[in-house]
Amino acid sequence: MIAEFWTEWGADITQALWETILMTAIPLAISIVVGLPLGILLVMTRKGGQAENRAFYSIANAIINVIRSIPFIILLFLLIPVTRFVAGTTIGVEGVILPLVVYTAPYIARLMESALLEVNKGVIEAYESMGIPTIKIIWSVIVREARSTIILGLTIATIGLIGATAMAGLVGAGGLGDLAYQYGHLRFEPVVMYVVIIVLIVLVQAMQTVGNIWARNLRKD
Amino acid sequence: MIELMNVTKTFTTGKKTVEALKDVSLRIKKGEIYGVIGFSGAGKSTLIRCTNLLERPTEGEVLIDGVDLTKLKKGQLRKERSKIGMIFQHFNLLSTATVYENVARPLKLSKVPKHEINERVEKYLKIVGLEEKQHVYPAQLSGGQKQRVAIARALAQEPEVLLSDEATSALDPNTTSSILELLLRVNKELGITIFLITHELDVIQRICDRVGVMHQGELVEEGSVIDVFTKPQHPQTKDFVFDDANFKVPDSIKKGLSATGRIISLTFIGSSSSEPFLAAITKKYEVVPSILAGGIDQLKANSVGKLLIHLQGDTAEVEKAISYLEEREITVEEVAS
Ligand SMILES: Nc1ncnc2c1ncn2[C@@H]1O[C@H](COP(=O)(O)OP(=O)(O)OP(=O)(O)O)[C@@H](O)[C@H]1O
Ligand SMILES: [Mg+2]
Repeated sequence: MIAEFWTEWGADITQALWETILMTAIPLAISIVVGLPLGILLVMTRKGGQAENRAFYSIANAIINVIRSIPFIILLFLLIPVTRFVAGTTIGVEGVILPLVVYTAPYIARLMESALLEVNKGVIEAYESMGIPTIKIIWSVIVREARSTIILGLTIATIGLIGATAMAGLVGAGGLGDLAYQYGHLRFEPVVMYVVIIVLIVLVQAMQTVGNIWARNLRKD
Repeated sequence: MIELMNVTKTFTTGKKTVEALKDVSLRIKKGEIYGVIGFSGAGKSTLIRCTNLLERPTEGEVLIDGVDLTKLKKGQLRKERSKIGMIFQHFNLLSTATVYENVARPLKLSKVPKHEINERVEKYLKIVGLEEKQHVYPAQLSGGQKQRVAIARALAQEPEVLLSDEATSALDPNTTSSILELLLRVNKELGITIFLITHELDVIQRICDRVGVMHQGELVEEGSVIDVFTKPQHPQTKDFVFDDANFKVPDSIKKGLSATGRIISLTFIGSSSSEPFLAAITKKYEVVPSILAGGIDQLKANSVGKLLIHLQGDTAEVEKAISYLEEREITVEEVAS
């Protein structure tokens, strides 16, 4: 029976899994590239930071809060004109990368910010007292000390991202969520839906486990 | 070596302003160990943090080797800072790096050549006695060992001055001793000038050459440790010194005794302790001294004896006996009961 199911649906499920991985990995990579420096900037420009800058901090802070309060599904439609302009299309995997980045990068910036703020101020001060340049302190002291918390944060962000990709199916980007919706819901193939759910659970569990182990290994106290 | 000139520091939080330092001036000579003592909130940390500009003074000058740090640009300040090591109450080590890395990382970041980094790390870990622990993480070390790592990290920069912000305050007495011992060695063998702050009299006694007393943001008294200990002038200094000389004799006992005579504490430098001055006053005057408590403190350069006595006799005779003692360079202080 399993074999039968797999001959019928195997190709679709693998294809959808691949799309989900792609829709997670690409926006995740871009979001880290945007979110990590943004998180660092937030920490530096906040009150008492190394490069205190009230204007920058308040503006960045407000923008992040605004974006974070918009549900992804709304963001997806809201961004259609921008997406068309940037990606040249609003459908398929390409059409969904921009909204996913806009959704995830501010979240990662926040997670980075709180991870970096957790680093012992005394250590930072010790390095300042040794005449080490600020840039090096940020990278080799603050970010490094926060690595474990950063990994945990990224794990959470990744899982959130997987959830968001399910909705991307609405603009024809495919993926597991789309498959479950199309066949499980619209075409009365509940088994497909259950299998997809199981695949999603395994995927999320695996992410969380890897993240936890990785973070634990980085932690030395 | 270190010169603070009219340093003032005012903190403003909201509408409240705190004058943490009020016109403090002090001069620390090359090669000496200078300690500042004061109660909590006196402004000690602020003072030492102003010395390497972790805190920028509101007013005044900070001269290290004749260079005024307050006038330097960022880059120049960083360069000067590399000549000033600092250790802290809570060690401030990287928790995710090994002992070796903790000492090596700052050297890497200040572009010390690779082969030299290894040499320095090994040299200074050896000096602090932790060469065996190179690959261990700070979480697996005791407080004293963590402070040793912090000292090695500071020394590896090969500074001329070491600042210590309550480096022993989080440690037990035995560990404190061993860290003080190490600081003495660092001062003697490497010729590093040490500026430390503490609220523990013991630290001052054991390793400092000179001492300053801080009270409410002001440096109220300053001098060689022996002078300040035997002839304290300011009430705050007396508080520190005589609190110690009181030997914690219970108030109830003091109260009972003060009905029949005066309770005084005597402080004297090592040599006069061999003189039988109590016997002398008994012979010369109509007084009866009895010893309540006593002890000798070993200072870095000398020893100081302390006696708490009960002096019986009529007022004039007691006064004469006290003058006799004072002529012999013995500091006499009436103890309140
Ligand atoms: N960053 C700051 N902002 C506002 N007030 C401060 C700041 N740092 C210190 N103060 C105030 O300045 C005064 C002196 O503080 P400081 O930390 O120098 O005292 P301290 O002698 O080191 O005390 P302790 O023994 O408790 O460490 C205190 O009243 C403190 O509240
Ligand atoms: Mg302090």
